[in-house]
Amino acid sequence: MLAAATEMTETVLSSGWFLENAWLIPIIPAISFALIIFFGKRMPKKGSEFGVASMLGALVLSAGAAYQWIQRVNGAEEGAYIAPIIKTWTWWQNDGVSLGIGQHVDGLTVTILIVVAFISSLVQIYSLEYLRGDRRYTHFFASLTLFSAGMLNMVVAENMIQLILGWEIMGLCSFMLIGHWWEEGANSRAALKAFFTTRTGDIGLLTGTAVLYFAANEWTTKTLGVSGFSIRGLSSWALSGDPSSAAITVGAVALFIAAIGKSGQFPLHTWLPDAMAGPTPVSSLLHSSTMVVAGVFLVARVYPVFFEGLNILGSGANFIVIIGGITIVIAALLAFVQTDIKKVLAYSTVSQLGYMMMGLGAGAWLPAVFHIFTHAFFKACLFLGAGSISHSSSHHSFEMKKDMGGLRKFMPITFTTWIISTLALCGVFPFSGFFSKDEIIDNVGYSGYNVFMIVGLAGAFLTAAYMTRATYLTFFGSPRGASAGEHHEEEGHGAHASHDDDAHDSHDTHGHDAHASHGPHESGWLITAPLIILATLALSSGFLNAVPFGHGWENLKKWVEPSAEVINPTGVAYVVGGAGEARVTAIEAGYEKSDCGTKTPVDGVCVAPQLKHAPFKWSKAALSTFIVFAGMLSSWFVCVQLYGRKNKKLVGLTERNKALGAGYKFLLNKYYLDALYENVIVRAIAHPIARGAYWINQNILDGIVNGAGTSAKTVAGWVYRNVDQKLVDGAVNSSGNAAQAAGGSLQPVQSGKVNMYGALLFGSAAIGALILVIINT
Amino acid sequence: MIAADLLVAQNIGFTIIAAIMVIGALRVVTTSNVVHAALWLVVVLAGAAAQYVLLAAEFVAITQVLVYIGAVMVLFLFGTMLTRARIGAETDLNNKNWFMGVPVAVLLFATLVIALNDGFGDQRLPSDSPVVSTQQLSDQIFGPYLLPFWALSFVLLAAVIGAIVLSRRD
Amino acid sequence: MLVNQFLMLGAVLFCIGVYGVIVRKNAVMVLMSIELILNSVNINLLAFSLRNGSVDGHTFALYVIAVAAAEVGVGLAMVLLMYRNRRSIGLDELSEMKG
Repeated sequence: MLAAATEMTETVLSSGWFLENAWLIPIIPAISFALIIFFGKRMPKKGSEFGVASMLGALVLSAGAAYQWIQRVNGAEEGAYIAPIIKTWTWWQNDGVSLGIGQHVDGLTVTILIVVAFISSLVQIYSLEYLRGDRRYTHFFASLTLFSAGMLNMVVAENMIQLILGWEIMGLCSFMLIGHWWEEGANSRAALKAFFTTRTGDIGLLTGTAVLYFAANEWTTKTLGVSGFSIRGLSSWALSGDPSSAAITVGAVALFIAAIGKSGQFPLHTWLPDAMAGPTPVSSLLHSSTMVVAGVFLVARVYPVFFEGLNILGSGANFIVIIGGITIVIAALLAFVQTDIKKVLAYSTVSQLGYMMMGLGAGAWLPAVFHIFTHAFFKACLFLGAGSISHSSSHHSFEMKKDMGGLRKFMPITFTTWIISTLALCGVFPFSGFFSKDEIIDNVGYSGYNVFMIVGLAGAFLTAAYMTRATYLTFFGSPRGASAGEHHEEEGHGAHASHDDDAHDSHDTHGHDAHASHGPHESGWLITAPLIILATLALSSGFLNAVPFGHGWENLKKWVEPSAEVINPTGVAYVVGGAGEARVTAIEAGYEKSDCGTKTPVDGVCVAPQLKHAPFKWSKAALSTFIVFAGMLSSWFVCVQLYGRKNKKLVGLTERNKALGAGYKFLLNKYYLDALYENVIVRAIAHPIARGAYWINQNILDGIVNGAGTSAKTVAGWVYRNVDQKLVDGAVNSSGNAAQAAGGSLQPVQSGKVNMYGALLFGSAAIGALILVIINT
Repeated sequence: MIAADLLVAQNIGFTIIAAIMVIGALRVVTTSNVVHAALWLVVVLAGAAAQYVLLAAEFVAITQVLVYIGAVMVLFLFGTMLTRARIGAETDLNNKNWFMGVPVAVLLFATLVIALNDGFGDQRLPSDSPVVSTQQLSDQIFGPYLLPFWALSFVLLAAVIGAIVLSRRD
Repeated sequence: MLVNQFLMLGAVLFCIGVYGVIVRKNAVMVLMSIELILNSVNINLLAFSLRNGSVDGHTFALYVIAVAAAEVGVGLAMVLLMYRNRRSIGLDELSEMKG
């Protein structure tokens, strides 16, 4: 083994066109954005063809890059360090500070690239139908395309500055997209809220980048020949033993604050549910693959900085894991009191992001990244499903209680895909969420964070419960409101108007009557096709890293996780673009032997800390599965099963899951269960807690902000009454009188003639200069 | 030696050009024909370009010719035409402000003369300084003065957008 | 060559420009006078640059030229607007600011 390893030392890692040119991926949508803006309105499809084509192009390139990356990994010895393909061009330089732009392609990059390009493509296709007839159709596609470009740019970013560029493009585009229907005040307020909240976090990003640059630049320039902005440089620097603990801690905390803002973590999560004001495709894109995972991606990208700065895997809880844990529970509880289906999903996203953060905070890097991957598919599917419902059945309403119910009969495709994604979200065994979420929980416990493992399990319980509730309200029971065809009455109109009345004006002229005659119906294929694709992936993507089936199934781990090997930064600058780096230490098959992250590397640099991987145990999986099912059981077990038996379209589901099939016969009385769920369980257990959490959200968090305002107002009032009125006013009034007198006498000067003003200006300047000259001579 | 130090040719050149410039400038502010004023302004600007060459600033001189005489003057002529100013003499180009203008200008000039004589007396310019190369200039602009350059780009962008917004008919 | 001869030339142009700004009624003519002022500044900048043996003055002269171009663009747009609204570009008639 050892001999084989040393022979491999000289092996050149394979590369390829797609990997070498991954920097093209964000360029394509960026160009497309310009095309849409300038020529979109004149095109037959109003510019949407550019958007869809560019996203498909980006997807092809991403897929090519992913394929070649896998080739590259497979060509190397297992456990070896696979050098990322880094390219840098100088963007600009000024007085020794040189900023590069380029690409840093490794397993994480290609994973997220695939996800982003894929989800973006589907969302754009979906939007073709969903926004047909919208008055700002072209601008919508322009923003959507630029949004994806920003995310892709962030993902391939070679250094922090490029990352910030993409990050900020996303911030801007999210503002434009959330406020797409800005005619309505609530939408523009939501857009502003999203923008300002994320901007608050961005302060951390800028601060953190600056702190790390000044701390790391010397080391990275000397050792690796790259600037202190370089992601590769920062990663190596963090593990080199060079950084002072203060600098790296401040940098990591600041960067994490940025991640909190962008990824909707606990104190700054309030913008995310409000962001539902945007069109549904936007919510889908925002919440599954782009905007909100940006924060998680940031943490995963420069993970060593956080690893060292926040003492991950050290003794005691750290900042990230605490925030992640709080977010999971808070957001999940909030999901219970929502009646808007998109808000349930929004809080669910927040909660799932909490899982990712908690995983990262507990050293479960790969499961967290894997969860980004799987979560993107099922959450996009859920959001698009919600959009499909509102588009075709509930008449643009997202109110589950008022305008939905019983839709499974009318929307079989939407329903099936929704159920698959819900099960994936809950983490039921064969679905993708199981493999990623369970891995996170498992690894959190394995790394010694027992409290947070319990938090994770509680979160799984809550997730199962609220998703079951949402599913019931939407698809089961009897149709209500708009879904029952009442949309021509006042209530239906009101619900409709509160959403996107303005923007759907033209749509309504032909769509309204059609809805009236059909009632709820399945959406068109442009909407269902993305749903089906996403649901398939929600079902299957978990097998990419199916830990339970043994080492051979852990493909993502093999492809994505950087090896914690000590490598030699050959020569002055490390080799970029293909050639592998000479390996210093021969790594044995176990590859958990590296000291990276725990000791200072002696004869090389580390790029990734050595992390622990929990061995899979069926007992643990059984426990979490049991908890998930308990979540459904205790809230709603019987109800879901009943419909499984009665509905022939769900036969596939029963075949796949014996437990579900067995439970179906219990579901006979849906009203009883509805009442049970609503009145007993929710009212008695979840409601008070959820209300409490919501109260905290509304009163304490908002209260702090409002309180600052109120106290300022109080102080201002006192100042106004005492200081302002009595003291200042007296002075002001008398000076005002004097000024009035002076002004009256000077009034003729204000002739309104511009030339006169010029004359006065130059004249007084001349006199002033003359005085100065006389004084000085 | 003395002659070389005095740079006779340059001094003669300066004097002639300066005289033309002053005459031109006076005509710009006194002529009663807008188009003539614009043409006189060309004379002044070309003279200024020539002075820049004397001051060893070739690149600035070329820029002066390109930007001012090429672009700005065209703008002025267009502005003149679009506002349908009469091509020919106008009687009321000046307002009744000469009683302010003359004293202010004279006062300013007097102040400047005093200050300049006081400050620079008969300092000489170095007679052997090399011409500033374009490369030096670009190193300067894209080096230490990069930030002002960016700011200037934004000023230009804002001006372009502003001009479009102001002059479009809607 | 003396430093002063260039500076004096600049001073003369400057004062003529100031006179033009004050005296001219036509807005376009005022803009032309402003160009005179800016050019006088440029001559000063280049003269000082030569005297001090540095290139900074050249940089600033270029910046001044660029700003002047922007100024003319915006200024003429304003003149056009004024003409469209009032059929005249006489500055005397713009007296809404009269106090």
